[in-house]
Parts: sequence; structure tokens; C-alpha cells
Amino acid sequence: MHGRPRKSATPVDENASALKAAKIRSLQSQFLQNHHNNIYTKEAQEINAKLIESNPEFMTAWNYRKLAFEHNLSNQSEVDKEDADHIKLIIDEELRVVENALRKNFKSYGAWHHRKWVISKGNSSTERELRLLNLFQKQDTRNFHAWNYRRFIAGLKDISDEKELQFTTDMINDNFSNYSAWHNRSVLLSHLLEKKVEGYFPKEIFLKEEYELVRNAVFTDPDDQSGWFYHLWLLDQTIKVDMPNLVSSWPPNGSEITNTTFPIVLFFNEPVEGVNLQTVSVQVEDDIFKNIAWSPLSANKFKCGQAWLTHLTIPFGETNSSKIFQVKIRSEYSQGIISSNGVPCSQHWSIAFRVSVCHDFQPEGQSLRRILMTDENFSTVDINSNVMDLFKSYFELASDYEQPTSSKWKSEMIASEIDQYRELLSWAECKIGKLTLARLLMANDAIGTPVAPNTTHVEEVLKLYSELMELDPTHYQYYKDEYSLVFLKQVASSKESLMKYCRQYKESTSSNITGPMCLRLNSLSLSRIGSFERLLWVQSLDLSHNQLPSIEGLEALQLLSCLNLSHNKIGSFMALDPLRFLKSLRVLNISYNEIGAHTVDTRRYLCSSPLSHTLDYDKKFEEFAAGDEKVVNFWEAYSVFGGLDIMQLDVVGNVAADERFKLFLVKLLPALKWLDGEEVH
Amino acid sequence: MSQEFNTNLGTLFAVNLDGPSRLHRRSATQPDQSAPFSDRIDRFDLGLGMGELAAEKHAKYILTVEKKKDDIESVLMEHLRINGAYWGLTTLDILGKLAAVDQETVISWVMSCQHESGGFGGNEGHDPHLLYTLSAIQILALFNKIDTLDIEKVSNYISTLQNEDGSFSGDKWGEIDTRFSYVAICSLALLKQLDKINVENAVKYIVSCKNLDGGFGCTPGAESHAGQIFCCIGALAITGCLHYVDKDLLGWWLCERQVKSGGLNGRPEKLPDVCYSWWVLSSLIIIDRVHWIDKEKLVKFILDCQDKENGGISDRPDDAVDVFHTYFGVAGLSLLEYPGLKAIDPAYALPVDVINRIFLH
Ligand SMILES: [Zn+2]
Repeated sequence: MHGRPRKSATPVDENASALKAAKIRSLQSQFLQNHHNNIYTKEAQEINAKLIESNPEFMTAWNYRKLAFEHNLSNQSEVDKEDADHIKLIIDEELRVVENALRKNFKSYGAWHHRKWVISKGNSSTERELRLLNLFQKQDTRNFHAWNYRRFIAGLKDISDEKELQFTTDMINDNFSNYSAWHNRSVLLSHLLEKKVEGYFPKEIFLKEEYELVRNAVFTDPDDQSGWFYHLWLLDQTIKVDMPNLVSSWPPNGSEITNTTFPIVLFFNEPVEGVNLQTVSVQVEDDIFKNIAWSPLSANKFKCGQAWLTHLTIPFGETNSSKIFQVKIRSEYSQGIISSNGVPCSQHWSIAFRVSVCHDFQPEGQSLRRILMTDENFSTVDINSNVMDLFKSYFELASDYEQPTSSKWKSEMIASEIDQYRELLSWAECKIGKLTLARLLMANDAIGTPVAPNTTHVEEVLKLYSELMELDPTHYQYYKDEYSLVFLKQVASSKESLMKYCRQYKESTSSNITGPMCLRLNSLSLSRIGSFERLLWVQSLDLSHNQLPSIEGLEALQLLSCLNLSHNKIGSFMALDPLRFLKSLRVLNISYNEIGAHTVDTRRYLCSSPLSHTLDYDKKFEEFAAGDEKVVNFWEAYSVFGGLDIMQLDVVGNVAADERFKLFLVKLLPALKWLDGEEVH
Repeated sequence: MSQEFNTNLGTLFAVNLDGPSRLHRRSATQPDQSAPFSDRIDRFDLGLGMGELAAEKHAKYILTVEKKKDDIESVLMEHLRINGAYWGLTTLDILGKLAAVDQETVISWVMSCQHESGGFGGNEGHDPHLLYTLSAIQILALFNKIDTLDIEKVSNYISTLQNEDGSFSGDKWGEIDTRFSYVAICSLALLKQLDKINVENAVKYIVSCKNLDGGFGCTPGAESHAGQIFCCIGALAITGCLHYVDKDLLGWWLCERQVKSGGLNGRPEKLPDVCYSWWVLSSLIIIDRVHWIDKEKLVKFILDCQDKENGGISDRPDDAVDVFHTYFGVAGLSLLEYPGLKAIDPAYALPVDVINRIFLH
């Protein structure tokens, strides 16, 4: 029971309770009998009213009241029907019963719904409802039923959003510690903004005042959460680009590549729908290709993804001479590309690159040698080698799809907030101050310069997150994840910073599988990865010896052929779900993780699975796992790895990787040549 | 006295979801000096050295409550007896004690709650409602007896309650709430009848209830609440639509539900309560952000709410126990990988082996 002390009942208590129980039980059975026999006499209705008073949660009892109410209305005499006062009498009686029930239990769903139901019949006074609400909302300022009912009445009686906004201001001025009021404010302001009501549109008009209002709350008691989320919402309103946009691509604009068959990846700032032949054109020389199929790199059913993929084959014919083809990817009807909340992309963009076809290229001989990502096999990158060309083009060429330039008011507003929060921290060591400052600084960098990522404040932000880990250990891992993301943003921000983490394969190790260069982000204590839009060129990636429980987002790296994830915190095969999209993957190391060690799988609903209706159960699986089909690990490994041509795999050091499981893998992966360092025959 | 009982009973989800408002301001968060941050993430050894789960006692408590019929608690629970049965039976299954129950009796009683419309009432002779229909289906699933149902009839009852805008009414009287969206979607998925409804519209309606904090309310514009968030996240998980969720924003809001005692509250500035161990935790697990809270402290909070003498778990330490909080406490511990408990699925709210049996075959 909520809030009732645990104590053993005295005999007196027990007696009283038994009496009461017998009384209610008798009311219940009388009521049910009336209900089943459609008896709506005055007496029967009184029994129902008593029952509701002792148990306002009894849904069937409210249903009966609705039937009785309809009965009362239709059984009026002809004279009464003409008489508005009589109808009002019936309605008033209902409202009285509801009010009594609410006084008993202010949180009764049944009572509140009954009131809405009765009020919807008309003939009621707005004033009375508002009076009742004011009374209840004073007693319990956070009651969400009352707030919901208030929104209902405001809608029904056409009370203006501005008037309701004033009500939230009054509530907040009365006591700022009222999350419900802040919430309703965000709802009302969103409406006003959407309807472009004067004084609320464009949004910079009201944002400044809102920042001030919420600052008062946060500065008065930084530990009170009421204003925290509202401030974050304001910040989002300030910096948000109001539409989806292309942020990067593979191949990059202005680059030159040499493969004749290659993936094209379009990476947007948020998940979008509608990338298809009509919205995006692919042009090779003068031909617009009509047989292009785009698919989102994600596990959801409704074709929505942040990254979109297609494959292109250049028809270079039989000529022996080398030739360069111009390829152009262009938004044809960008309005057809829409974000998951329905906003269309209104910016046009185009990407142009060259494909040079050279006829004496090496046949794709697949290497049989085992590939190792250890220090001995790498050397520092030779800046002058041709390895660098593609890499350079990725970072140095201007793109045609720059972010829309941001307005001055945004930078000013954020700069002023930064000053305020620096000041707060000068006299109060509080977590929300540090966290908000960190977010403001990142926002500042994000809107500052649209071309190259700005990392002016990264060091300060990293320091703030380190301090937060100590200040608020309960949420340590939240700050740690944020830290990892900011850190990677810095790493990926420029060619120079990335070069520090790139190594060149020694000639003896390099192969057409590994590519010439490896991005080594190993042993950095990373708990989360990001900034994928800047890593689309990566073929070899070493993420070993970190603390990664997931690789969400990695699916965008379509060139990836070698991946080392050993010594991380991967807890299940489902956590490797992004690999299912990486059709180039040949070498994979997932040794020394936690696969099979957990009873709870936190990736289970973020991947393709029959449980989320994003993948059908595949009966063919049973052929591979003869007799073991009940073993969930087998099914999961089957669904992730089944479509891949993995040649080298390391799984040792996971609970799930026993001998039986290894036999299953050998059967499942026909291209497998190395398993845990041993040659597969 | 009855007033207290009344305010504290509800159906599975219709239960009064809030604790009382916080009376005192917390003092500033104190850093936990005993846990230097460098090694903190490796220090989980859940359930060890922090008081034990009185599993036997809890099982016994549930079996006795099931039998009691005449005290005031039972009488006031009559209208949601089928929810109570689901909470009790699922708890027993997680504890490995489901065999102690007579299947036949339970199933025939559950079937006696079915209304001619196909929906289930909270008890024999009560009106049907989606909330009770899900409990009935879940109980049958626990016993691998879904085929006892006239699946066509039940799923028709559910699908006719979908409205034009994709939302669901709880019953023919038209109350609309995202709780009912979850209940309908979860029920139909368990019956493998999701194609009976317009899933796309159902999802759109849920998404229209998303708020500034990344959470969800019962209708568009309504405030976020952990119980409601569970329903919306659960429904989006089952329909493969979690891409509509801002996982980082919602994850931050949810992880900030953990208060100093280690317990979780359901909205900002409210008191912690064991039932949120389910609603907040399952949501955090579904969106893969559960590592953002201190699991060890939460385990301790739940264990502190046990009645170690007579069995059962309460909302807060030293309050009176009930089946509802016993279920959410035990299910919460299962989500926290407490040793010796069966795993429970965070979206369908049934043991993982039951869910695998239904979907991975
Ligand atoms: Zn509770």
C-alpha cells in the first residue's frame, strides 16, 4: 500500500476492518446484481453511489453510472425533456458523485474520466470546472489528473493558450518547484509558436524571457530538478536546425576513388524517411541511373534511418584504356526527404566525385594470412604516401551541402547563458551548473562555425565531465559516456587530430582486406562511440581494450573490413547487430567480452528481432543448430552473422563461446579460415 | 482507514502512480567518497554482501494472499483480481515457484472472467476492459496455455477499440490513454495478431504524446510519468519503432529518477517507490541506458523494503506490503540481474523464457 506503515493489526483494528469489508462486499453483490439485470431505480443508483464512495477505482461501477445516466435522460417525461433545468439537475447529480469520489481519491482514473464524459454532454459551467480545478490544484500542485483535466477543459471551452500560459506563470511564481507547470509551459509555447501567434513567433522573441525565468528557479535551488529539463529544452529550441540535412557522404564530395563497385552512403543530421529514386538522383557521366535502390542502415520497420546506403557499379565496358567517370549524387526533390517528426528537408545538395577505372588492377585475391592488429604490425603513417590522398579529400574539400548559417541571436543567447552559468559556478559547486555549462559550451561550438567543426571549448568540457564523475558518482556512467562522445568529436574534428590515431599497416601485413591504414582507438577507456559522420572512410578499426557495451552507429562505416572489439563490455550478440549491415567485414575480433554472461540484454529491442517484429523467425536456423535451437545465443549469432562473409573470427574469452558454439560458427560461416587463431579446415 | 486503502489501490496500470509530494528539499548531492571514480564501473557485484532476498518468504506471502478473500484489502482488490493474479503468478515464476500453483484452477477462473464481447473483466461478472484482458493473456502465456483462448474473438475485441487517430479506448466508454495503446499492442503481439490493427497509426499516436523531456504522457500534452513512459516505450519496442525515441534525452530524465537513498521516483521531485524499479528500469533497459544509474544502490533500496518476517515488499522501507509492490520489487531485482532469479522481459513483462518460447520458434 502506498505510504501506509507496516504494523500488525490489533484485534480491534481487525474487527473494524472485517465489518467494513462485509459492508462493502454486500454493496458489491447488490450492485452487480442490479448491473446484470439493468436495474436503474433510485435505490439501485444509491447503492452504486455508496459503493463508488468506498471504492472509486471500481471501473464497472462507473460504467453502471453511465448507463444509469443515459437511462435517466431518455426516461424523462416529455415535459422534462423541454426543460433545460431538469437536464441540468441530472448532470449536477453526476458531477456531485464525481466530486465526492475525487475528494476520497484525488487520483481515481475512473472518477476523472466520468467527469469528462458527463461534461462532454454539454450543459455545464466552465466557471464551476475552473473553480474546482483551482481548489484541487492548490491542494496538490503536481496532480497530473488535474492538469490533464485542465487541458481538457481549456480545449473544450476554447480558453486561449496565452491565458493558460499566464496560469503556469502564476503557479511558478507561487512556487518554482513545480515540474508540472514547467511542462505545461513547454506545451503551450510550442502551440503558440506553431500557430505563429504574435509575440511568440519567431521563437527568439520569447526565448530570452524564458531563459531568465528558469534561471531564477535553477539559481535559487540548484538541486531542485523542476527547471533542469526546461532549460535543456530551451537550449534545444535555440540551437536546433529545424530540418533534416545531409551532413556527410561516402564517397566525399570532390574525391577520387578507384573501385568500380562501391557503396554510397548518405549521412543525415537525424533519422529521415524518403530517400529514393524520386528524391535523390545518381548520375554517371550523362546517364541518370534508374536501377538504384536506397535502404536505411537501421533495424526499424518504417524505413527510417540516419544513414542511407546504395551500391553503384560503374559500367566501364571492355575498353582497355584507363578512364575517369564523373559521378554526381543530387537531391532532386529534397522535400520528399522528411525527418521522423515530419519536417521536410528544404535544402538542396549535391555531391560530385570521380571514379578512375584502371584496367590493370589486381584481381581480388583473398588473403589467407591471419591478420593481427598489434603494435608490431603497424608503422606511423607516411604523410607523403598515396594513402593520404583519399583521407585528405575527406577533410579538405569544401562540400556543397554546408549547414545553413546560423543566426546571430543564437550565438548571443548562448554566450550570455554561458556567462550566467560560469557565475553560478563561482559561488556554488553544483552538478546542474557544471552539466549545463558543458552543454552550453558544446552548443556554442556547434553553432559557431558551420564549415569545420569547432573544438574551442572541448578541453573545458572534458574537464567538467571529469569533475561531474566525482561530484555525482550515482550517474558516473552518464558523464563517462558524454565524455567519450566529446573526446571522439575532438579526435574526428580534423585531419591532424585523426592522424594521431592512424597507423599504417607494415607491408608484410597490409592486404586488400585491411586497406593500407588502421584507425586505432584502442585503450582509451571509451564507453561510447560516435562522430561516425566523420569516419565513413575507415576500413580498419581497432577499438580493443575500451569499455564499450555497444557499437550502435557503426553500421554507417560501410567500408569496414577489419574490426577489433576485443576486451570490451559487449554483453550479447544482439549488441553486435550493426555488423549485419557491414557486408565488407572479413576480420572480426570480439574476444574477451561479456557475451553470454548476462541474463538481461539491453540491446534486445534496439536490433532486428522477431520480438520487435523487425525480423521474421527463420526456420533455416534450425539446420545450423541441430538440437540446439533453444539456445538463444545461437539464434542471435545466426541472425547477426548469417549474412556475412567473415574469414577470420576471434570469440575466445566469452561465456557463450564454448566448443559446441564454435562448431556452430564453423557451420554457419563457410568463408571462415581462422577461428580463435586456429586454421579452419 | 478505508480512505487510505482507497487511495492506494488501482489496476495494473491504473494504480495511483504517484507518491506524495516531497516535503523537504534535499541538501546538495554529496560526492560518494567511498567510490573513487576511476574504478567505480567495475565494482558491481550485485546482490552480494547487502542483505539477501527472502525468496521463500515472498513466495509464501503471495500464496497466502491469493487465498485470502475476506479482509478489507481483498475486498477492495476484487475489481482487479485478475491483475493481482498476474502480479502474483509472475512473481512466483521469477522466484522459481510457479509449480506451487494449481494451473487448472487458475485457468478456469481466468476463463470465467471473459465477457461475451471477448474482453476480460477484473473478476467474474465484471465489465470487460483492455487492462484486464492483457492480464488474462499474460497469465495464460505463463502456463503456455494461450491456445485455450478463442484468439479470433479476443483480438477482435481489442482491435475494435482502436480509434481513427490510432489511439485506443480502454473499453466501450471511450477513455483514451497511452496505457491502453501498450496493453492492446502487447496483447495482440502475444496472440500474434498485430496485423489486426493499424500499427502505423497506433505508433503515430504514441509519438504525438512525446514531451520536452523525451518522456511520454497519457494523451498529447500530458506530463511525462515513468509508468506512462514504460507503456509508450514498451509499445514502441514491440512494434520496432524505438527510432522515435530520443534515447539520450529520455535516458537522462529516467536516470535522474534515482534519489539519494538509491530508490527511483516516477517524476521529478517526488518520493522514491519500489514500483518504479519496474517502470523506470524496464524503460532504461529497453533504450540501453540502464548503466546510467547506480544499480547496486537500487538493489539495496529494494531489499530494504522487504518484510523479512512475513514476506512481501512495500513501496518504501517499513511500509505495509502488498502483491503489487512485491511483484515490482522482485521483477526489478530480476532486471538488475540479482542472482537466483529468472530473467524477465522488459517489454512484455513476462519471463524471458516465456517470451522466447512464443517468438523464437
Ligand atoms: Zn508504488
